[in-house]
Amino acid sequence: MIESPVALPAENQTPRRLRITVLRYNPAVPEQLPRLQTYELDEAVGMTLFIALGEIRETQDPSLQFDFVCRAGICGSCAMVINGRPGLACRTLTTQLPETIALAPLPGFALIGDLSVDTGKWMRAMSERVESWLHSHDVEVDLDRAEARMEPELAEAIYELDRCIECGCCVAACGTARMREDFVGAVAVNKLARFRLDPRDQRDDADYYEVIGDDDGIFGCMTLLACDDVCPKNLPLMTQLAYMRRKMAAVGWRGSDGANHS
Amino acid sequence: MHRKAELAVPAAMAVRPRSSRMPAQLDVLQSATGVVLALFMWGHMFFVASILVSKDFMWAVTRMFEGYFFFGRSYPGVVSTLVGGILLLFVAHAALAMRKFPANYQQYRLFMSHRAAMRHEDTSLWVVQIATGFALFFLVSIHLYQMLMHPGDIGPYASSDRVWSGRWWPLYLVMLFCVELHGGIGLSRVAAKWGWFASATARQTRRRLKLLKWGVTAFLLALGLTTLAAYMKIGHEHAAQAGERYTPEQYRSVTP
Ligand code: SF4
Ligand code: SF4
Ligand code: FES
Repeated sequence: MIESPVALPAENQTPRRLRITVLRYNPAVPEQLPRLQTYELDEAVGMTLFIALGEIRETQDPSLQFDFVCRAGICGSCAMVINGRPGLACRTLTTQLPETIALAPLPGFALIGDLSVDTGKWMRAMSERVESWLHSHDVEVDLDRAEARMEPELAEAIYELDRCIECGCCVAACGTARMREDFVGAVAVNKLARFRLDPRDQRDDADYYEVIGDDDGIFGCMTLLACDDVCPKNLPLMTQLAYMRRKMAAVGWRGSDGANHS
Repeated sequence: MHRKAELAVPAAMAVRPRSSRMPAQLDVLQSATGVVLALFMWGHMFFVASILVSKDFMWAVTRMFEGYFFFGRSYPGVVSTLVGGILLLFVAHAALAMRKFPANYQQYRLFMSHRAAMRHEDTSLWVVQIATGFALFFLVSIHLYQMLMHPGDIGPYASSDRVWSGRWWPLYLVMLFCVELHGGIGLSRVAAKWGWFASATARQTRRRLKLLKWGVTAFLLALGLTTLAAYMKIGHEHAAQAGERYTPEQYRSVTP
């Protein structure tokens, strides 16, 4: 995890005065041009950006837009660009940042207003594109039958990749995604890696190739690894990207018949 | 109107739509040509650095490549053939890697502003790779054409005269930095891309690759600069007799 470069403010110290500059724009009010607005407030002990923004909205500017739901790094809705890098506002302590903080909405997603973006729309389109759900040829599912057993290690491995909260940080951090908006992004590749592990997903590598086997998919990734560096859930994105790249390259050289779960 | 039974409908075969396998193959070839070129450059560096051992040693290495010790005389054509092969690889690699270049000004600007905001090492290094790669299109072409056409002009004096009296050193100096940066960054990116040399944790892999990359790059740059300096020095001292070839002591009486 990120080491705090600044010492935690002790109770008896005079708190730092934070200057938070927000890139503001509301697409619904296009006559108001994008602008940088700076708010000042005193740093409190254990303050996160979520707390700071909440305080600003409550005491200074009720019109400031930003998203929060869980405040605990679980829902993925508070991702924004913090001093140039994407991150979760609710998981970012102000002590980790200098006194001047620049906030901007996550690029690459539809802007709702100020710091609020619609990652949901993008994520849904991505899910539909790579079909990130279990594909089973069994037409009928017997609901009375006990579920098939799974080795705990395998369940663990699947769960590890399933921890993605679809915050969009990896996409916003990816230079490839910025340049080429059709690039699937690490989040999609990670999802397919997750389904590839899952024996209940009956797709084979040739099927996965159909959805990510091109230059907008895994072969578009230029291994800049910013995704791996910013993912707030510390998902092993570098490993998964390399893994899927090897599998998809194998399909490309071998022909059509990809054996499943090899 | 015909009745259905009278029509001879040929049997249709279902075709499952299939994505092209080309992107996968191009991706692999891009990495593969890059790796072969990088390995060649390592070897190349040691051959040219042979001058640091002695003129005689460099002379022997050169003769070996010209087949002197196998056929009893020099065939610079051997060098030309090797150069031709490298030229083909180089062109293939350039063509493949070019697909990753920003395709227009807008993409270029998006990437540059992204890079400036992110202050992220691997993102920035990609720009270095694109810039050095672009420069190498021209630098390497000039160098390889010269080598292709004058394969015999390699040797302790021949090379030094080319470097100094022939004024090739500025090209070599720029090319040295471009090649070493491009190769070092490229190799470590290829390793990360395909998941080679994976350590216990991804973070550890990244750290090791980074150390290795900078270590190798620094070493090769130092070796390259020393080597270039050596050729420049010899070339400078030999400027008056530029064009004369080097003959080792023990051959001086035999070979004219
Ligand atoms: S992979 Fe990580 S950064 Fe990307 S959406 Fe999922 S949790 Fe967020
Ligand atoms: S490795 Fe780089 S190019 Fe690939 S998805 Fe991650 S940030 Fe994007
Ligand atoms: S508010 Fe849910 S992740 Fe930050």
